[in-house]
Amino acid sequence: MRAARPRLGRPPAHLLVPAALAVAFLVVPIAALVARTPLADLPQHLTDPVVLDALWLSLWTATVAMAISLVVGLPLAWVLARLEFPGRSLLRVVVTVPLVLPPVVVGVALLTAFGRTGVIGALLRELGITIPYTTTAVVIAHTFVALPFLVVSVEGALRASSREYDEVAALLGASRGRIFRRVTVPMALPGIAAGLLLGWARSLGEFGATITFAGNFRGVTQTMPLAVYEALQTDPEAALVLSLLMLFVSVLVLAVLRERWLGRVVP
Amino acid sequence: MTRRRAAAAGLALLTAVLTGCSSSAHESGGAKQKLTVLAAASLTESFDTLAKRFEAEHPGVDVVTSYDSSATIATQVVAGAPADVVATADTKTMDVMRKGKALAGPPVVFTRNRLALVVPATDPAGIEQLADLQHADYVTCVKSAPCGDLAAGLLAGTGITNPPRSYEVDVKAVLMKVELGEADAGFVYASDVVAAGRSVEEVPLPQGTDAVTDYPIAVTADSEHQDLARSWVDLVRSREGQKVLAKAGFTTHAGTSPPA
Repeated sequence: MRAARPRLGRPPAHLLVPAALAVAFLVVPIAALVARTPLADLPQHLTDPVVLDALWLSLWTATVAMAISLVVGLPLAWVLARLEFPGRSLLRVVVTVPLVLPPVVVGVALLTAFGRTGVIGALLRELGITIPYTTTAVVIAHTFVALPFLVVSVEGALRASSREYDEVAALLGASRGRIFRRVTVPMALPGIAAGLLLGWARSLGEFGATITFAGNFRGVTQTMPLAVYEALQTDPEAALVLSLLMLFVSVLVLAVLRERWLGRVVP
Repeated sequence: MTRRRAAAAGLALLTAVLTGCSSSAHESGGAKQKLTVLAAASLTESFDTLAKRFEAEHPGVDVVTSYDSSATIATQVVAGAPADVVATADTKTMDVMRKGKALAGPPVVFTRNRLALVVPATDPAGIEQLADLQHADYVTCVKSAPCGDLAAGLLAGTGITNPPRSYEVDVKAVLMKVELGEADAGFVYASDVVAAGRSVEEVPLPQGTDAVTDYPIAVTADSEHQDLARSWVDLVRSREGQKVLAKAGFTTHAGTSPPA
């Protein structure tokens, strides 16, 4: 037996029209990209070792960046959502700053911190550790730009799920750590999943911070966007094919994740 | 909650806008004529200087300069990017535009630039000659850019098997890495050595390894200010223009020095 749902009437045009415009705006450039791509060349590029190196590097650095983001970002989101302390609003702003910085500026900022002559980088170098030009630098750049996506998304989810559940669990004798694991996190799972996907996608498309901070060398720091940029300079058609390939792989991964994992948590 | 969501969405949009608009030329108001000059990154300082002079000589004209890797400029212009004049750091990239029917007439070479090996002023790796690159972290431009092509050609003739640590997007990016001390050395142009001042030092290259590139300039086919664009080319090739280029570290091209 289903409860009768109240009739809400027809959806208003002033919502449908802008929504349709938004869809067109997002779809047209992608469709144009697909239409312009010489698809016959796709198999040839798919077996190009330079492309495979870049694709593989992109996929795993983005994944590692999200793993790191989860380990430090989830607790940070919890602190922002559940604890009350002076300076919380300021901290919230600080966390979102990387979202508005131009990526190249992020790259320069990372160099001044972790570069060979950077504030922390110079100390590391004395210990024999150099970060620029390594895959570690790529992961750092990706984490820096993607972490805020995760924190913002998870914090929103945590604030949306009422504190009252936490309080009930506390009344029943659960410790704060146990409440976090057994109540807070499970309830925020959709937000966490969404944040991870957003961050992962942002990571995959990252260009400016990566090339500025990490550099551009095949197999070490050359991610897919960097390979696309290089191809664009000599062979624009190859760049189109590579872009499409990247698009295809990311859509595939997102679709599979949604099916396998998100399907259960996201309605 | 909804207000907060809306704020978050707004923030995301802002990010997209901020990161999306890069070097698009700013619109000028009024009835000012706009002359758009796309040039190789290495021409930044000299063309900025010449733009001011040109504007002083042509009241009512606003010169908009945009600098990038020559290869990027070629790709953009062939794809229809609005420009009146293009100047690249080698004839190869200019040929891409000529073959793409993007030029109004044949390009002319107006200056030359010499590839230079530079190290940070502190010279952390103690590089005194080309051969020292074998054990150093150095960077060059991507091979598709003229500076990278030249460097690759130069290195191929030496016994150096140690590859660069990174292929940077353009010559200014290479210079930045060296200036910041993020690379032990880098291949830039003689003009960049002048532009960088004391922050870098040039390492003399062995005789016979000199790599020089010609800089061609041309008016685009789509330019709506053909006469004005030709005046710009004339200024660049004039004695005054050549003086500015020479001061910036370029080698004056014998074939283009104008009569008196």
